Amino acid sequence: MLSRTASNLFWIGRNIERAETVARLLEVGSRNALIPNIGGGYRNEWDAVLQATGKVEDFNAKYDEAVQRNIESFLFFDQDNPSSVTSCVEAARESGRIVRTALTGQVWDALNSGYQEINELRRTERSKLSISDLVDWTTRHASLVRGAIEDTQLRNDGYDFLYLGFALERGDATARMLDVKYYVLLPEVGYVGSGIDNYQWTTILRALSSNRSFNWAYGGGVSPAKIADFLILNRKSPRSLITAAEDAMHHLDRLARAYGRTTEAQTRIRGIVGELCETTVDDIFDEGLHEFLTRVINEVALLSGIIHEVYLSGETR
Amino acid sequence: MPSAFISRKNVFGLRSMGQSKTKPSFFNEMIDGGTVRAPYRGLEGWSRDMPLDLRTLKQSEAEKLFRRIGITFAVYGEGGDPDRLIPFDMFPRVFSGAEWRKLDMGVKQRARALNAFLADVYGRGEMIRSGRIPARLVYQNEAFERAVVGIRPPRGVFSHIVGVDLVRTGPDEFFVLEDNCRTPSGVSYMLENREIMMRMFPQLFRENRIAPVEGYPAALRRTLDSVAPRKCEGAPCSVILTPGHFNSAYYEHSFLADMMGIELVEAADLFVEGDFCWMRTTEGPRRVDVIYRRIDDAYLDPLCFRPDSMLGVPGLMNVYRSGGVALASAPGAGVADDKAIYTFVPEMIRFYLGEEPILNNVPTWQCAKSDDCAYVLDNLSELVVKEVHGSGGYGMLVGPRSTKDQIALFADKIRENPGNYIAQPTLALSTCPTFVEEGIAPRHVDLRPYCLVGESIELVPGGLTRVALTEGSLVVNSSQGGGVKDTWVLAE
Repeated sequence: MLSRTASNLFWIGRNIERAETVARLLEVGSRNALIPNIGGGYRNEWDAVLQATGKVEDFNAKYDEAVQRNIESFLFFDQDNPSSVTSCVEAARESGRIVRTALTGQVWDALNSGYQEINELRRTERSKLSISDLVDWTTRHASLVRGAIEDTQLRNDGYDFLYLGFALERGDATARMLDVKYYVLLPEVGYVGSGIDNYQWTTILRALSSNRSFNWAYGGGVSPAKIADFLILNRKSPRSLITAAEDAMHHLDRLARAYGRTTEAQTRIRGIVGELCETTVDDIFDEGLHEFLTRVINEVALLSGIIHEVYLSGETR
Repeated sequence: MPSAFISRKNVFGLRSMGQSKTKPSFFNEMIDGGTVRAPYRGLEGWSRDMPLDLRTLKQSEAEKLFRRIGITFAVYGEGGDPDRLIPFDMFPRVFSGAEWRKLDMGVKQRARALNAFLADVYGRGEMIRSGRIPARLVYQNEAFERAVVGIRPPRGVFSHIVGVDLVRTGPDEFFVLEDNCRTPSGVSYMLENREIMMRMFPQLFRENRIAPVEGYPAALRRTLDSVAPRKCEGAPCSVILTPGHFNSAYYEHSFLADMMGIELVEAADLFVEGDFCWMRTTEGPRRVDVIYRRIDDAYLDPLCFRPDSMLGVPGLMNVYRSGGVALASAPGAGVADDKAIYTFVPEMIRFYLGEEPILNNVPTWQCAKSDDCAYVLDNLSELVVKEVHGSGGYGMLVGPRSTKDQIALFADKIRENPGNYIAQPTLALSTCPTFVEEGIAPRHVDLRPYCLVGESIELVPGGLTRVALTEGSLVVNSSQGGGVKDTWVLAE
């Protein structure tokens, strides 16, 4: 497979996953904004959402106030923001167009009709669109693309690159959301365990579509340790770091077998998975959640770089 | 000199409009002298009985299909919607088997002659030495590529896909408007138009015996593989080279790659090392043998053509020259389809093949010749004037459809640089019934069949019919608001 093709497939996965993450963040913001502010913390809950996307400067350069309408514009509609839902959906479709021959008709259909639909949304009067409509549309689009891939794509190397994109982006998103919760949402350690703290934890779960599943898995009762366990170490959680890491490992292993060649990427992912397997929640809190998550985010970035080098640049021989 | 042209016109039996002030008459391909011509009989009932609402429904269905498949067309320099559709007209254009047989022979003959000409001008230049074509026209032509002189590509083929633009003015009168020896586009429409017609009106295909066109991609693949270079080992690896997804014809590039099952590469995917050209893959470099390039000569190899260009594959021409890779078409193939060279194609057919041309040229005045130029300037209101190197219907004047001011303005341009222009009589292009708002009405059409030249010469029975959707318009280019039709060749 052409390296450029593989690279585009990889980025289709990442962009679809990212669109979904951003939409879910919007949902978190709109929910948090409904809760009365009890002093401290971020006065404006929308600020926290912005922080989570890591795009505060870009936002401030273009908009005045972090109010719902502006955030919505920035995170959903703004084509100047490369991480907006619109940009991600368009980029995924553009990648799809470039590698049209490596996709089935159904996958292309899903990517293309999503693009047509979001253009229609952009033409719709804003007052007629609620934030939940936008979020629902995005998650539906992401599910449609994923479903089409799962149902129709040939299980070849292209399939693995698509899923590597999904897995890496998901691991990155979960780590960032957790990190934001700890270092941005919560200003003082004193709030840990307070009512507002728990509410915010729940919102994170909600943002990761994991609220219900968390309750099933842990019998309710939110605590930082339980949530960290659920989102980092629990294999049952579809968005935990270990699930994302094992997904990535699975697809890297398949590539190694198909190409008859093991690279540094496989070694690196083994290291990450191995560590997550042997870590306990206590270890994580001993190290410091932020320190731990920062390390994970860097590891993911490093792995992404290695994948690019060994598979997507076409330089390796 | 003008008198000579009048007699030439008589020889061809050319019907042209604008010669008289009365309303010109056009050949209607469906109805001639009040009766329906044989090839169209299978469509008579179908078109008559189709209720308006069904037609509207089918039309929107077709449009949805086109959009979903992603067949769109961006127009250079127009801005606007990058995902514009080329309008598709559901009324097919039909040829009888006998009509096609003549076109088939004529187009193949032309493709052979053009390739012989290219082999000659990059070789010994016999036709030039014999005085049959002015050396200046060839060697000082912008499309002439000095870097190709002396190269003999595999099987001696320079232009592997020859698109011949044809117009019709009467039952037996076909004329070649121009040749396309570089990378003629539009073949994906030929295939997709058929696909969509079959999906929407299957009964038409049961009732009529329509020759299939779906063999084109396989034939193209055979053609490409058959011109693999001498150094190729094992099964040839052929690829399509595209300028990228921003190109207006990108859909076609990816469609053809998909149908042929070969990789679609951009220049950045290729590199030269040693004596070969390689593509970057997830498993490391892979050798490429045949490149069907859909980019211009100028962007092939910055080391050879344009040192300032960031595009292209550095060193590609060296590999080409040493037989490490084949290029379809060869750089410099454009010298054969230049509008100034066009006039000499009938002579090429006689000179290289020893045959008489089966398809005629449209008589052409070369403004570079002072006599011709004077005639053109005197008769601008009746002629079509084109730029020698132009394409896509840009920068041309359709005399009978232009105002006095437009004509005066154009006359100045010709006087400024006469060598840049040629003129032809305004042809009475045939019409084909077309669905328009008011019902069915005749609209002017042309035809582009795609001839493949490799180990053998192949022509699928069909082509791209372009239709000028505006009433009375003679410009069929998609960049100027033209549409497309499915083109049928009836089996005999």
